[in-house]
Amino acid sequence: MISEALKKKFDAVIARYPVKRSAIAPLLLFAQDEIGYVSDEAIEEIARRVGVRPIEVIEDISYYSMLRRQPRGRYNLQVCTNISCMLRGGEEIFQHCSKKLGIGHQQTTPDGMFSLEEVECLGACCGAPAMQVNYDYYENLTPEKVDALLEKLKKKEPGSRI
Amino acid sequence: MADYQNSMPGSSLEVKVLTRRFGIPNSASLDVYLAHEGYQALKKALEMKPDDLIQEMKKSGLRGRGGAGFNAGVKWSFVPRQTDKPKYVVCNADESEPGTCKDRVLMEHDPHQLLEGIIIAGYAIQAHQGYIYIRGEYRYLMEIVDRALADAYGRGYLGKNILGSGFDFDLYTHTGAGAYECGEETALLNSLEGLRGYPRVKPPFPALIGLYGCPTIINNVETLSNVSHIVLNGGEWFAKLGKPSDGGTRLFCLSGHIARPGIYELPIGFPLRRLIEEVGGGVWHGKRLKGVIPGGSSCPVLTADEIDVALDFDSLARIGSMLGSGGVVILDEDTCMVKTAWRIMKFYAHESCGWCIPCREGTMWLKSLLERFQGDGGLPQDPDTALDIAYNILGKTLCPLGDAAAMPTISILKKFRHEFEEHLKLGRCPYENRGSGLRVKDLGSSSWTSDPSSSQPLAPGT
Repeated sequence: MISEALKKKFDAVIARYPVKRSAIAPLLLFAQDEIGYVSDEAIEEIARRVGVRPIEVIEDISYYSMLRRQPRGRYNLQVCTNISCMLRGGEEIFQHCSKKLGIGHQQTTPDGMFSLEEVECLGACCGAPAMQVNYDYYENLTPEKVDALLEKLKKKEPGSRI
Repeated sequence: MADYQNSMPGSSLEVKVLTRRFGIPNSASLDVYLAHEGYQALKKALEMKPDDLIQEMKKSGLRGRGGAGFNAGVKWSFVPRQTDKPKYVVCNADESEPGTCKDRVLMEHDPHQLLEGIIIAGYAIQAHQGYIYIRGEYRYLMEIVDRALADAYGRGYLGKNILGSGFDFDLYTHTGAGAYECGEETALLNSLEGLRGYPRVKPPFPALIGLYGCPTIINNVETLSNVSHIVLNGGEWFAKLGKPSDGGTRLFCLSGHIARPGIYELPIGFPLRRLIEEVGGGVWHGKRLKGVIPGGSSCPVLTADEIDVALDFDSLARIGSMLGSGGVVILDEDTCMVKTAWRIMKFYAHESCGWCIPCREGTMWLKSLLERFQGDGGLPQDPDTALDIAYNILGKTLCPLGDAAAMPTISILKKFRHEFEEHLKLGRCPYENRGSGLRVKDLGSSSWTSDPSSSQPLAPGT
C-alpha cells in the first residue's frame, strides 16, 4: 500500500522538473524507502503519475544498484570492500558479518532482521573500514564494534532512526 | 545516532579556504554562514556583468575537482549567450570515485558555500534553474542540503528577484540510486532526465546540448564551492594560492595504509612526499611504502620511487598519472598488487553501464583473469593477455570509465610485473599471510550480481 504521505511526496518531487520523467529514479527510491522494495504497485503508481508506460519505469530499475524488487532485512548492512576499505580490513568485516549472521551477499536472515551486502565505495575512505546500515554510516569498524552495533540494532524499535 | 566520523584530523600545513568554517558549531546553518562572509560573494556577483564573472573564473585557473580537471571558467564560456532555450546549472554530487570522500564533508559542514557557488554560476550563464545530483547513499547529506535550500529560499537567496537584483534562480536536489557511471557528466544528464545512465557522444558538449537538450554547465561540488571565494578575492588571488592555470587549494583524501588518514586542504602543487610523510604521518605501523594511487582508483598507480612529484594536474600528467579526484591511497609493503588490480577491476566490472563492448566485456574478462592469479589456475601468458585486453579498452569507449578501468591495470601490470610472475611461479599469492585482506578464494560467493552463474571461472586458454 502506498501511503497518502508518499503520494503527496511524489507530487512534490515531480513538480521540480519541467519533464516529469526526471522524477522516475527518485520516486522509485522514495517508494522503496517506505515499502521496503520496489513493488508492482509502486511501479504502476509512478508510471501513472509521471505519464509513462510501466515498462519505462521498469527499465530504469535494474540500472541502479540501490533499487531492489524483493524485500531485504529491516537493517541492510552494506559493507564496503573497495580499495581503501580493503586495505584496512573491509573484507574481514564482511566475513565477520557473514559468519555472525549466517548469511552471504544479498541474503537475509530468516527472521527478516538483517540482510548483508558487499558494496562499492561509499565515500567513507578516510574512516575505513566502513559500512552503511540502511542510510547510516558506520566507520573505523572493528569486529568488536560491529558486534556491539548488531546488538544495539537487535534491541531497536522498528522504524526508529538509528 | 549513526557514527558520522569527523575525517578531518587537521594539519598545520593546511591552507583553509573551503574548510575555513568547518568546526564552527552549526557551520551548516544559514546564520553561521551569514556571520562568516556568507552570501557576500553573491551580492557582489549580482552587480557584475556575467561575462566579467566568467573572465574572473578563467583567470583563477580553477580546474574541475571531480577528476577531469577542465578549467571551469572556460567550460562556462562555452554556453551560448543568446538562445531561446532555458539554461541549467547541474552540480555533480555523485561522488563515487574509490578513495574520494571530500564532497561529503563539504556538503555536511558548509552546504551554503556550495549553494552560493551554484547561484553565482547560474547568474554567470543566465540560467534560472539548477539541480544538485546527489548519490543515493548520501541521503543524510541530501537532507542537510534540503534544509539549507529551504533556509536560503526563506531569506531570499533563492527564488524570484534574488536580493532585489531581478535575477530568478530555482535549485533542487535530485537523488541518485547507486551508479558510479552517473558521475560521468553526460550519463548524469541522462539519469537526471529519467533514462538509464548511459553516456552520450561528445561533442556536442553539455554547454550546448545538455539537460533536456538545453545549454547546461555541470560542475563538481568542490569546484562550485570555490566560486564564492574567487568572486570575493579575485581570480588572481586564487591562482596565486596554487599554480598559474591550476589555481587554488584542493581537498585531498588520504586513505589506505597511512598513519593519519583524513581529508586535508592543501595548495595545488603541494608535494606528494610531504603529504604522505608530514601531513599523513607516514606509512602506518612503520611499514615501507610500496605504491600510491594519487587521485582515485582511475589513476595510474605510482611506485614508492615516484612520490617526488607536485600534486597538480600537469605535474602528475607529466609522469604518466593524474591528479584526478584527489583521493590519495597509500599501499604498504605487504600489499598484494595483483589483488589490488583485481579489486579495482571488480569495481569497474560492476559499474560498467554495459553500453560499449570493450568496457562491458573487457572489464568482466579482466576481473576473471586476475582472479586466476590467486590460485594455481594462472597461465604464463596471462599478464600479457591482461595487458592486451586493457589496451583494447583504453581509448575505445564512449566515456572515460573504460579508460578508468584500463589505466590503473596497465600501470600495475607494467610497474609490478614481478608480482604477477611470482604468483604464477608459486601457484598462490605470496602475500596471503601478510597484511590485511583475505585471498580472493576465501571471499566465497560475494559476486556483484545475485546470479551465481556469472561468477563461473574462465575456460582454460581464455
